[in-house]
Amino acid sequence: MSNTATTETKPAAPAIEKIKVKVDGRELEVPKLMPDWQGKLVPTTMIQACELAKTDVPHYCYHPKLPVAGNCRMCLVEFGTPALGPDRKPVINPDGTPKIAKSPRPAIACATPISPGMEIYTQTPGVKQMREGVLEFLLINHPLDCPICDQAGECKLQEYSVDYGQSASRFVEPKVHKPKAVDLGPRIVLDDERCILCTRCIRFTKDIAGDDALGIVNRGSYNTLTAYPGKVFDNNYTLNTVDICPVGALTSKDFRFQMRVWFLKETKSICTSCATGCNIIVGSREEKVYRYTPRENDAVNACWMCDHGRLNYKWIGRADRLAEVRRQTSEGRSEKTTWTVALNEIAEKLKKAPHGSVAIVASARQTNEEFWLLKKLADKFGALTDSIGYFGEGDKLLLNVDRTPNRTGARLIGICQANVGIKMMVIADSIKVGKVKTLIVFGEDVTKSSLDAELLGKLDTLIVSDILPNETTKRAHYLLPGCAHVEKRGTFTNIKGRVQKFMKAVEAPGDARPEWEFLHDLVYNVTGQDGFLTIEGLFNEMAKDVPAFNGLTWAGLGDTGVTVPT
Amino acid sequence: MIVNRKPLTLAERLYLPAIVGGFRVTIRHALRSLFGGKTVTMEYPEQKWAVPPDYRGAPYLVKDQDGHTKCVSCQLCEFVCPPKAIKIIPPGPAGELADRPNAEKMPHEFEINFLRCIYCGLCQEVCPEEAIFLLKDYSLTGLSREEMVYGKEKLLALGGVHGGIQKWKHKLEEAKEQENFPVKV
Amino acid sequence: MNWNFIIFSVIKIAIVVGVVQGMVAYAVLAERKISAWIQDRVGPNRAAPPFVKAIPGLGPVLIRLGLFQPLADGLKFMLKEDFTPAGVRKVYFWLAPAIAVIPSMLVIAVIPFGSQIGHQQMVISDLNVGILYTFGIVSLGVYGIVLAGYAANSKYPFLGGIRSSAQMISYEISMGMSVIPVLLIVGNLNLSQIIGWQSQHGWLALYSPVSFIIFLVASFAETNRLPFDLPEAETELVGGYHTEYSSMKFALFFLAEYSNMIASAAMMVTLFFGGWTLPFWGLDHPAGNLGMGIAHILVFLVKMLLFVVLFIWVRWMFPRFRYDQLMDLGWRKFVPLALVNILVTAIVLWAKS
Repeated sequence: MSNTATTETKPAAPAIEKIKVKVDGRELEVPKLMPDWQGKLVPTTMIQACELAKTDVPHYCYHPKLPVAGNCRMCLVEFGTPALGPDRKPVINPDGTPKIAKSPRPAIACATPISPGMEIYTQTPGVKQMREGVLEFLLINHPLDCPICDQAGECKLQEYSVDYGQSASRFVEPKVHKPKAVDLGPRIVLDDERCILCTRCIRFTKDIAGDDALGIVNRGSYNTLTAYPGKVFDNNYTLNTVDICPVGALTSKDFRFQMRVWFLKETKSICTSCATGCNIIVGSREEKVYRYTPRENDAVNACWMCDHGRLNYKWIGRADRLAEVRRQTSEGRSEKTTWTVALNEIAEKLKKAPHGSVAIVASARQTNEEFWLLKKLADKFGALTDSIGYFGEGDKLLLNVDRTPNRTGARLIGICQANVGIKMMVIADSIKVGKVKTLIVFGEDVTKSSLDAELLGKLDTLIVSDILPNETTKRAHYLLPGCAHVEKRGTFTNIKGRVQKFMKAVEAPGDARPEWEFLHDLVYNVTGQDGFLTIEGLFNEMAKDVPAFNGLTWAGLGDTGVTVPT
Repeated sequence: MIVNRKPLTLAERLYLPAIVGGFRVTIRHALRSLFGGKTVTMEYPEQKWAVPPDYRGAPYLVKDQDGHTKCVSCQLCEFVCPPKAIKIIPPGPAGELADRPNAEKMPHEFEINFLRCIYCGLCQEVCPEEAIFLLKDYSLTGLSREEMVYGKEKLLALGGVHGGIQKWKHKLEEAKEQENFPVKV
Repeated sequence: MNWNFIIFSVIKIAIVVGVVQGMVAYAVLAERKISAWIQDRVGPNRAAPPFVKAIPGLGPVLIRLGLFQPLADGLKFMLKEDFTPAGVRKVYFWLAPAIAVIPSMLVIAVIPFGSQIGHQQMVISDLNVGILYTFGIVSLGVYGIVLAGYAANSKYPFLGGIRSSAQMISYEISMGMSVIPVLLIVGNLNLSQIIGWQSQHGWLALYSPVSFIIFLVASFAETNRLPFDLPEAETELVGGYHTEYSSMKFALFFLAEYSNMIASAAMMVTLFFGGWTLPFWGLDHPAGNLGMGIAHILVFLVKMLLFVVLFIWVRWMFPRFRYDQLMDLGWRKFVPLALVNILVTAIVLWAKS
């Protein structure tokens, strides 16, 4: 069953011993060892056990993907262990249950390993008092500037204040004032007054991003987060510190004062800036995209994404987006037309085209479904197909060398070879000798590669679909406006062969339609093959047809995707 | 419960007493309002209604004691507004800072569509900066829909100065005392 | 057929229709003013054409009286969008207002509104069967209302139309029978002759008060005025049969209602209060000169206006009848009463002869 997709590619781990603990009186079995932030198996902590028991333990400094620091003290819980008699045997109560010796002191749930028979109490009055106390200390110097703080709405301090905070402050002395609006790096602004010194950002930068740039200076109340002298906080992962900062101390210069987070519609999507395919959430309001934030997917990006991909969204709402279906009249004038007219005319022309006179240049930024529909067209005309590769510098964490999101998909469906762009010269030569008369271009400016403007002039028909205007779209005989990935649905296959789907966040501008929709119409007009009018049906049909995707279904992809062998 | 109709007397069935009574009452009122001048009509543009102190009229933006914009563009009023009459465009990262020290931001644009506003007062209630108040204007008119959308400048001009809480002033004074940070001993 | 007759008839028709239209406009003003006074209000006092404003002293008083309100009302009706809702039966929808307004105008044709000026009788058509003609035309008025209710293709107008047809047909019977004693006494159907008889023998309201009361109440019902305004009961039926109408079409229904009111007042004056006659100052026989002719017309108008005011006054006095009370009053009280009245009058007349 080499074609069957596997959901996870983890090596089969040896069976881990399970131990019984009680959380708030409910007994459950917990693995003795669980993966830590690096994925190494270490003894399970109480906070992990509580999470398995679906009991929420408030915390600031603890983060499942970061080393444990244990400095915020918010996760303090009470616990007890089975009492041992003088004979080193568990003492049994009269009713047959083991006697529990309650610990005289509370413990931080994030750093205390569990032991067999342990009982954890998270809802006792004592625990509640401890949380209230910790929160009151944290709020002593914290400014009351929620109205101007970008974190408001997704702020842990706000959330826990609702649960455990006091309505009025008992602290009457002047607050300690620290530097505000510190320019920490090209993408980060720091407000030291808001910082609660959890050190999440320091740990992330040092241990995950590997760029030891942040630290805490001064003592006591004057503890201040800062970049080391002479160091600029400018690695490619700085904006993750904004995500993990539980308060509004670190804010993104890009998103700063742009929109309140509670207005943002969150749509599950995929980052398109490189072949890694980080899972993201698109924050949009009223058809405008405001930000990308990473979405947890342990098989791809854990909880992180790079700044490069995160900030690469501004082209979506650009004013010069293509929003009209256009065609060139016989006099060479460009005029506006409708989808029906354009698609029917294209279909008529294609039907008359002799075998082998058509070439297709697809874009590695297109979805699997679009590749499949293009492949159908290509098979009908015996067309040459290829795509164009974009490569840059990669790094060891997330950013891939390949800067297109779906080259793997193009290869698996048969649009391009492993060596992408190898056929572009062949296409150029065929146009030069007049063999290829019709060229279909999707989302690429081919004048920047081997097909220059002079060659395009030799074509009888140039059909171009794109999002933004460029040299190729200017020369198109038929210009079909397409959609950005946040304006349609579909799937990408990342560099490791993980097929992941993304959802629609905003409406496309003007007449623009998702490429798969009008490609489906075109394929139907040309070949008479009817597929499915929904993306779900289209994907399932494709999965049956393409060997690499056999066995996949749209629903089966889930939110985090499925890895297929490449 | 069924209430049985009271059987009518002969006089009542003839309607005559009622008719006479009707004429008497109506002519009394007619003569009184014709010659006694005792009418209940308030002749509006000349006579104006005394607006009660807790009246909820049109919401306007107010300025603080120093004449600065109080609104910091937190958009809670936009969020809470039931008819979605409020539209705020935040300043953005490159936008103008607040015109008073320490507040960091103020709205780039603040619009209230008075064709939509229902004068519920939730914006005033939710405002953490006490920057929006329902004042006593009740007769807002305009000749076009655009005219009824009041912008930031107009709202601030109509709102006037309102001292109220002086949170940012206090914060600034406190910070000034600790000018040298960290405190040198 | 001579030219004299045609020319004078056209002149009379033009004047009478013009006067009735003007009276309708000012009846509406009267309605609003009287209702205002009764309810301790001021009433219309704002309509102020610029040239009137400039008149020193008098101008503000005229404006205060609302004398220009009818002009503003009329203008407003003209300028309103004439909206035809989707789903109405268009032909009937357009026809109904006309059918409602035409009979109310036609009734005036046979009413003698004065004695004579020169050799011209002050009546458009001195018909020998004047009363029969009147009842025939009045009964056509219900078609306009029923048609409006039907054509609108909407619940409330439909209910209004149904109510109105039942009500108007019921009260037409008692109204018709209430007049028979008058005819028995006078022995003539010609309205001029009836007035002539009254100038010699005294007003018929004294001879047959029961007839007058039944006729009065029935004409309230026929004109759909309170307390019998069930066809357009706002609290129950939105606007009744004219709910879906707007602009001039709505104005035509308004016109019909008020002209009906004026016509009823004119009929009552003619039948029971001696028409243009007064029993003193020599006003009780046809005029010999122009002054007397005009005086007769004025007498008629004053009598008629008193009844119009009564119509309006009553509207602000009484609550609306319940539907069963309305039918009970019409069929079980007025019809028997009118029949008894006919019988008694006939017996008395027979005994006298």
